[in-house]
Amino acid sequence: MAKSVLVDITKCVGCGSCAVACKLWNSLKWDQSKPVNGEKAETSAENWTVVRLHQVPKEREKVWRFTKQQCLHCEEPACASACFARAIVKTEQGPVIYRASLCVGCRYCMLACPFEIPKYEWDKVFPQVHKCQMCPERIENGESPACVAACPTGALKYGERSLLLQEARRCLSSNSNYIKHIYGEKEAGGTSWLYISDTDFAALGFRTGVTSRPLPDYTYSILKLTPAVALGWGAVLTGLYAYNRRRKEIAGETKEKKREKR
Amino acid sequence: MQKKWHFRMTPVRAVLLCLSLLAVVLAVYRLVFGLGSATNLNDRWPWGLWIGFDVLTGVALAGGGYSTCLLVHVLRINKFKPIVRSAMLTSLIGYLLVMGGLFLDIGRWFNFWAPFVSWGYHSVLFEVFWCVSIYTLIQTLEFGEIATEKVGRSWHGFFKKIMPVLFIVGIVLPTLHQSSLGSLYVIEVGKLYPLWWSMLLPLFFLMSSFFVGPAMVVVETTLAGKAHGHQVETSVLQSLVKVSGSVMLVYLILKIADLFYRHKAGLVLAGNFEGYMFLLEMLAGIIIPLIICFTPGLRSTKGGLLAFSLLVVAGVIINRMNVVFTGMSRYMGGSYFPSFIEWAVSIGLISAGVLAYLFIVENFNILSEEPRVKEIAH
Ligand code: SF4
Ligand code: SF4
Repeated sequence: MAKSVLVDITKCVGCGSCAVACKLWNSLKWDQSKPVNGEKAETSAENWTVVRLHQVPKEREKVWRFTKQQCLHCEEPACASACFARAIVKTEQGPVIYRASLCVGCRYCMLACPFEIPKYEWDKVFPQVHKCQMCPERIENGESPACVAACPTGALKYGERSLLLQEARRCLSSNSNYIKHIYGEKEAGGTSWLYISDTDFAALGFRTGVTSRPLPDYTYSILKLTPAVALGWGAVLTGLYAYNRRRKEIAGETKEKKREKR
Repeated sequence: MQKKWHFRMTPVRAVLLCLSLLAVVLAVYRLVFGLGSATNLNDRWPWGLWIGFDVLTGVALAGGGYSTCLLVHVLRINKFKPIVRSAMLTSLIGYLLVMGGLFLDIGRWFNFWAPFVSWGYHSVLFEVFWCVSIYTLIQTLEFGEIATEKVGRSWHGFFKKIMPVLFIVGIVLPTLHQSSLGSLYVIEVGKLYPLWWSMLLPLFFLMSSFFVGPAMVVVETTLAGKAHGHQVETSVLQSLVKVSGSVMLVYLILKIADLFYRHKAGLVLAGNFEGYMFLLEMLAGIIIPLIICFTPGLRSTKGGLLAFSLLVVAGVIINRMNVVFTGMSRYMGGSYFPSFIEWAVSIGLISAGVLAYLFIVENFNILSEEPRVKEIAH
């Protein structure tokens, strides 16, 4: 059921069509000072996806590579697990979506995301968190996300995650040009967006060494102790309270008795 | 008991009043014009001074309430009685300020009620939010017992009756959320510098909030001693400091064990900024205070007690700042320095807290446990 996108970095020519399509489909503002492709491209509240240009070493030369960046729509999203108002949720079909009507604006999601994706509308009085939504309406209608539909080179492929993983593995094993790593297969417990590349991921600006244990696991392993701690500690305190009160009472009585005797 | 309200104006208090008023004006500005125009926060640094200091540190420093409540009302260690009311009052004020700071920091404050109806129970913040809200309410009710000695006296019996329940719930809740504040940073795996990131963060936060409690009480009583001529016997404070010291010792051992267990002990002497800040935190905030605490000659003097307390308080502040800023900066990159408004509001909140404390101390029966009129030095 879960939909995914496979990005083949070797096929991307950096045209930026995907980023333009994203802006148009989601009616996002244009800002000349914040380009959506090139060396300075950075995701922001109005740039849900950008195509970043990198000059990276490959076999003793320097080559140009383009990386499309956006929310990776984690299988077990840290951002959603961090949100205390359920403003961010993962839908069954894969997209991790944001519901502004519930958002309190605490920005914990921004801190929790292992890929620094959620961005904030700092210039607004009541800012929203912004990030790629993976076009959930389109997916519901059986269409691919706007960016995928716009890609002229076939660098973006949309489909079932399991099938795309198979395809990615096939590419890696049949073509020795590729790095033997599918970015997103295990990162942060697995993501809906998958990347394959012929150059080192770290050099392309990907965060490497991300834990493969889903991030919500970490907090959940602690949170699940809460009821036990609350009840146990409460019981201990009640016991201590009763015991110490009784002891004081007895102490008081004996004092009185002594006084009476005198 | 006389029913008159009085509040003595002094130059210091006038300054505090001005600072608080300035903060009110700036807070309104922030609520009207948004976070972006009032703060220096940005996408790399979504959390700044208000969360780091006003909330994370504030909650820890306000922890004196639950630790003294435990010692006095549950364990019934009577010699701590003279300080219990003042400790719990400071805690209440502290929490109210935290709630204020938190409210200012949320971007969509008209939605503040959302987590009450839309339960993100898998979030650590959810636990923090609920516990802190309810605990503030409980503390307000606990204060009811004191308040009804003067106003609304007919309620006094009622409050007296519900106190035991309040005490117990009022210890369980802070235990939960003091540790949850640490859990907040557990999700920063691979981001928060390994000297601070640990699965034990919740325990460390809990323990440090516990041992900083007595230190805050000593600082307060010292100040109160100056302002109101209320003297607490040094022996009482000494015992309190010893409680604090024992917890600190366990904390230190756990910290060291944890570093070795995670094979990160080498980082302490790595000679980088993080290493130095960690050393500062441990030396100034833990090791030196421990030496003072376990050297009877030092502990028994007023100066020694005060030095101990100031160091412990500073240590906890440094610790929280290290978690929020020092430990995160390598990963986050970019830069953040609080804006004038952020500073002014934080300072103003504290000033308002001090004024509220002074007002209540002078009008209610806080500094002595016996319900009798205490003459205040005018
Ligand atoms: S990449 Fe970040 S924002 Fe996107 S789903 Fe994962 S945790 Fe959430
Ligand atoms: S900023 Fe909004 S979406 Fe993000 S965690 Fe907070 S309430 Fe949830």
